[in-house]
Amino acid sequence: MSYEASAVLDSDTQDAINIDRSKGDFTFPERNKFDAGRGLTSKTIDYISDVKNDPQWLRDFRHKALKVFQDKPMPTNWATKDLESIDFDVIRYYLSDGEKPKRSWADVPADVLETFERLGIPQQERAFLAGVEAQFDSEAAYSNVKEELTKQGVIFVNSTEGLHQYEEIFRPWFGKVIPTGDNKFSALNSAVFSGGSFIYIPKGVKLKQPLQAYFRINSENFGQFERTLIIADEGSEVMYMEGCTAPKFETATLHSAVVELVALKGAKIQYVTVQNWSSNVFNLVTKRGLAMEDAEVRWIDCNIGSRLTMKYPGVVMKGKGARGEVISIALANSGQHQDTGAKMIHAADYTTSNVVSKSISVGEGRSTYRGQVHIPKHLKGCKNNTECDALLINSHSRTDTYPAITVKGNKHSTQHEASVSQVSEDMLFYLTQRGLNKGQAMSLAVNGFINDLVREFPMEYSVELKRLIDLEMEGSVG
Amino acid sequence: MSLYIQDLHATLEDGTEILKGVTLEIPKGEVHAIMGPNGSGKSTLSKVVAGHEGYVVTSGSVTLDGEDILSLSVDERSRAGVFLAFQYPSEVPGVSNANFIRAALQARLPKGEELDAVAYYKSLYAKMDLLEMDRKFTARSVNEGFSGGEKKRNEILQLIMLDPKYSILDETDSGLDIDALKIVAKGVNSMRSADRGFLLITHYQRLLDYIKPDYVHVMAEGRIVRSGGPELAHELEARGYDFLKEPALA
Repeated sequence: MSYEASAVLDSDTQDAINIDRSKGDFTFPERNKFDAGRGLTSKTIDYISDVKNDPQWLRDFRHKALKVFQDKPMPTNWATKDLESIDFDVIRYYLSDGEKPKRSWADVPADVLETFERLGIPQQERAFLAGVEAQFDSEAAYSNVKEELTKQGVIFVNSTEGLHQYEEIFRPWFGKVIPTGDNKFSALNSAVFSGGSFIYIPKGVKLKQPLQAYFRINSENFGQFERTLIIADEGSEVMYMEGCTAPKFETATLHSAVVELVALKGAKIQYVTVQNWSSNVFNLVTKRGLAMEDAEVRWIDCNIGSRLTMKYPGVVMKGKGARGEVISIALANSGQHQDTGAKMIHAADYTTSNVVSKSISVGEGRSTYRGQVHIPKHLKGCKNNTECDALLINSHSRTDTYPAITVKGNKHSTQHEASVSQVSEDMLFYLTQRGLNKGQAMSLAVNGFINDLVREFPMEYSVELKRLIDLEMEGSVG
Repeated sequence: MSLYIQDLHATLEDGTEILKGVTLEIPKGEVHAIMGPNGSGKSTLSKVVAGHEGYVVTSGSVTLDGEDILSLSVDERSRAGVFLAFQYPSEVPGVSNANFIRAALQARLPKGEELDAVAYYKSLYAKMDLLEMDRKFTARSVNEGFSGGEKKRNEILQLIMLDPKYSILDETDSGLDIDALKIVAKGVNSMRSADRGFLLITHYQRLLDYIKPDYVHVMAEGRIVRSGGPELAHELEARGYDFLKEPALA
């Protein structure tokens, strides 16, 4: 008998020692009827296209994207070398049980249902959501939208259903806001994407309740590549929220999504993310919105967890008077690197953009802000405001800010502020002298730091956010 | 029943000795004052009793109603009943005063028990009225942008809300105008009772005109060098600290 195999502690004792740091850290046996196997070749693409019954144009699109992905180098000339530790040959690119998304939770397989119940999804749907899509590995297990919205013409399905059933709406915008060759990971997503949402909000329809998608990774060595396209027709309004978790595996997991938003004249799209990936997920996501005349795109983004997150939500303001906003919170604990930021591309007169980014680095955790603001010379009346604040907790933390603001011409206004602060020993002494333990004191200081941004999240999410931060801070002090 | 500091020696992390054998007993029901020149170790004494990690206790003991507290962490000492009103209270951006005090009270409840929010606000407002604090202070971030006087009043508000057994007030009178001083004194006097003890640290007799101490101690070079009744403060005020250099009459 090997020493490794003999347990010193019984499982109940071990459970008592293991603090429940993340309610997402559990997994069920894999139930995959379809598995594209490990590694990525043109055979993988054909396998996915066959299983998903892709139309020929999409099969061609995927093959072309694979070529782009293979040709593009890793962006390690500016990004972290840690990207090189992703082994694309061991990743599994497609896993599904071959079931269509269910319209009722009662039809969802028991273990998948239990997964989402433990994450609170059906409960949230009943409480405050207009529609939900729940993705398990590569495909949606559940997708439903309130009947009254369907009657108004609202479409909320997964990307596969979207491209098959609503090709005339889907295809004109698919891959247009984020072209395949935008970056190596958008190309990867374009080659192997599966799942994600397709949403269409008809002219003038204003959704009072949010739509929500939940992305769950269940299998080890799996890559999740969802693809979301949201089109808000003229004068419509929608808020979309996404949550993500994965169990903590021994090996790295890859999540690489592409999200494209299109806000037509006068439309408003708010896209809210609260991600809580386990600490071995590479989260490399491309998100961009297109805002036409007087339209508004807001990204409200909270990044907790993951090993490496690279994400720079952007807005291309293509119509006169369009508005773009990125509100972002990132928390990097030891062993994590949050490399986040925003891209604001002004492409019409009188467009305004706002970026507020707050990052918290704890222990060995590392935060990086990369911003890009582009206002060309021929435009007039454009405005940008950028604020980035970093909070450092203990001396090992690291934070970098790389703002790139390109403003040409003199008919614009831009403002940039940045700050770095610390939870000082004095503050910690003060808070603990009032009876808070160190973890509670840190949580309070961190929640205070991001307080003005948390107000931008829907109430249900801000409560969740506070809880996640409390858990992170409890775990970060000895 | 007392806060009992016995032959306390403490150094900075670099080994510099600041407290060189302080003995002081503050029984419940009594108000003691410590006076002394700058650098005599008064503020250090308050921080060491509160458990500040920047100091090393090399010998001596501190007990609270007979129980050793030197082995407790800062927050454990706080919950055991030691309160320190800071000379320079920290600012806590983004955390409202009301939420801060509520969190401190919540930390005193057994696990699973929730503070009654309605009763909490009722009590908070009553104490704020006593200290003539505007209601808008509940929503403002802790000490952020507060004037010196507002910060000190806020310390007393926390003291009253947390209701500690023993309170140490570190130069609470510094930077206060006479009106603010009277309000702060009113707050402290409202807490004087047979089951609470107070230690006032101050440079000036002025505070002691409004909060009458039972005993006055003089600290110099890390030791208590003289103890007496309230008249000792007057003597210091009249003659300065130099008279301490004269041998005490037995």
